[in-house]
Amino acid sequence: MVHDLYQEIILDHSKRPRNCHSMADATRQADGYNPLCGDKLKLYVKVENDIVVDVSFEGSGCAISTASASLMTESLKGKTREEALKLLEKFHELLTTDSAVSKDLGKLVVFCGVRDYPARVKCATLAWHTLKSALSTELTEPVTTE
Amino acid sequence: MKAAFDVERIREDFPVLKQNIHGKPLVYLDSAATAQKPFAVIDAIRRFHEVDCANIHRGVHELSQRSTAAYEETRTKARRFLNARSKDELIFVRGTTEGINLVSSSWGRKNVKAGDEIVISAMEHHSNIVPWQMLCEESGAKLRVIPMNDRGELLMEEYEKLLNPRTRMVAVTHVSNALGTINPVKQIVGMAHKAGALALIDGAQAAPHMKVDLQALDADFYTFSGHKVFGPTGIGILYGKKALLNAMPPYQGGGDMIKVVTFEKTTYADLPYKFEAGTPNIAGGIGLGAALDYVSQLSIDRISDYEHELLAYGTEALTRIPGLRLIGTAREKASVLSFVMEGIHPHDIGTLLDRQGIAVRTGHHCAQPVMDFFNVPATTRASLAFYNTFGEIDALVAGLHKVKEVFA
Repeated sequence: MVHDLYQEIILDHSKRPRNCHSMADATRQADGYNPLCGDKLKLYVKVENDIVVDVSFEGSGCAISTASASLMTESLKGKTREEALKLLEKFHELLTTDSAVSKDLGKLVVFCGVRDYPARVKCATLAWHTLKSALSTELTEPVTTE
Repeated sequence: MKAAFDVERIREDFPVLKQNIHGKPLVYLDSAATAQKPFAVIDAIRRFHEVDCANIHRGVHELSQRSTAAYEETRTKARRFLNARSKDELIFVRGTTEGINLVSSSWGRKNVKAGDEIVISAMEHHSNIVPWQMLCEESGAKLRVIPMNDRGELLMEEYEKLLNPRTRMVAVTHVSNALGTINPVKQIVGMAHKAGALALIDGAQAAPHMKVDLQALDADFYTFSGHKVFGPTGIGILYGKKALLNAMPPYQGGGDMIKVVTFEKTTYADLPYKFEAGTPNIAGGIGLGAALDYVSQLSIDRISDYEHELLAYGTEALTRIPGLRLIGTAREKASVLSFVMEGIHPHDIGTLLDRQGIAVRTGHHCAQPVMDFFNVPATTRASLAFYNTFGEIDALVAGLHKVKEVFA
C-alpha cells in the first residue's frame, strides 16, 4: 500500500531501533524537538581525534523519525566530523530534491520515498538536525526542526 | 427523524467530497480543523466577486450599496443564529483567535491589573491560553487553570475553589477541539458572574454542532470561526455585551472605525464599527452569511441529533479495535474521536490512512497541555460533521486495521 515510504528496513529499524540508549562517556550531546508532532530526541556523540567513534540516541517518535535516527547512528561510526556533515547534506538532498541518489548514502537510500511525502520530511531529518547541532557548537538550547 | 436526515442528499451540496484521493473515495474526517463548504457558500462568494463587488460603508453607488447590504445582512443572520439581543453586539473578526485577542487586548489592558486573576481550563486550545498569558505577563496578573479528570471533564469543585474576588475573567472553551468534551458552560458562566468576574466562551467547536443561545447562556463574550461552520476562512464573529463593548477602547485604529478625525482628536464610531478598522473580509462575511443560512435550513438541532448517533457509532467501533485508546471520554461529547494506538505513532497512522483516502488530523491539535496531561506526544483525531456517514466510520475502522497490519 505505502511500501514506497514504509520499506521493510524502515519498519525494522522503527520497531527495533539500533543504538537506542544513553551514553555515559559521550563528548557531545544535543536535544532535538519537532514541535509539529511533539517528537523528542536526545543524541549522544563520542568524538575522538575528530572521528565519530560512537553515536546513540534516546527518544520517542514516529516510525520515520525513529528509523532515521537508528540508521543514522549506524552510518556515522568511524566517519570524521567533516564526512558526517557531508553525509547530512547528501541525506537532505535525497529528501528534498529530485537529484540522483548518491551511492555514498548506503542503506540510507531507503528514505528516498520520503520526498513524495513533504509533510514527513521533518520526521526524517530530526535526528540529522540534532547531529548538526551536536557536531558544530557547544550546546545551550535544544534544536528544533522549525 | 433519522429518515428525514438525508445525508446522501446533503453530500451532493459539498463538491469537495466527490473525489478520489490516492485512488480511494475521500473520507473527510477533519472538520474540526476546517469544515467543507457547500455550493451555497461557494456561489455566494462567487456572486459577490462577479456581480456585486465594491467596498462597503462608503460608496453611494449601486455596487457599494449591494455589497454593504449583503455584508451587513450576515450580522443579522448571526444575531438570529446565536440568539443575541442586538446585531450591534456582533463584531466581525478574522476568526476565534482574533476574537479572543481582541478581548484580551482591549478589555484586558484596561481592566486587568497586577494581582488580578484570569481563569482558563486545562483543555484550552493555544488560542485561549497564549493571549491571556501575554496579558498576564504585561499586567502582572496571574493565570489559573481549572483541572480535568481522566475522561477529559472539568473538575467543577476545583473551579469553584479557584474563583475569588481577584478573578477578573473566566475564559473557557464550549467544546474541546482535542477531546470533544462539551463543557457545562452555562454553569461556568453563572459561577464566574457570582464571583464578580466576566466570562468568555470559545465557541469554535460548538457553533457547528449545537444550538448556541447567547441570551440563555449569558456569557459576556462568545466567539467562533466562520470556516468551522462551513463558511470561508478569515472571517468569524465576536459577540460581546453592549455595555462592555461600549466601555472598551478600540482594538485597532483606522478607517471605518471613526466618526470624526482631526489631527487633535478622533471620535470613534458606534458599535459594532468601533472594532472594525479597515476594509474587512467582505467576501468572507457574505460567505459566512450563506453558511449560517445553510446550517439553519438543515436545522442545527437535527444536525446535533444525527452527529450524536454518528459519534456513538464511531466510539463503539473504535473501542473494539485492540490496542486503541480513546483520548477524551467525557459523558457529554461532540463530534471528536481522538485516540492513540499502542506502538504506532499518530503521524504514521495519519500517513497510512491518507493513502486510503481518509483525512484525519494528527499531532497535538494546538493543545499541548492536553497532550501532556494524557502523557502522549500526539493523538490521531477523526472529527465529524453532518455530511459524514456511518459507512465512512466503517472505512476508518477498516483503515486502522490496515495500519495495524503494516506495523504488525
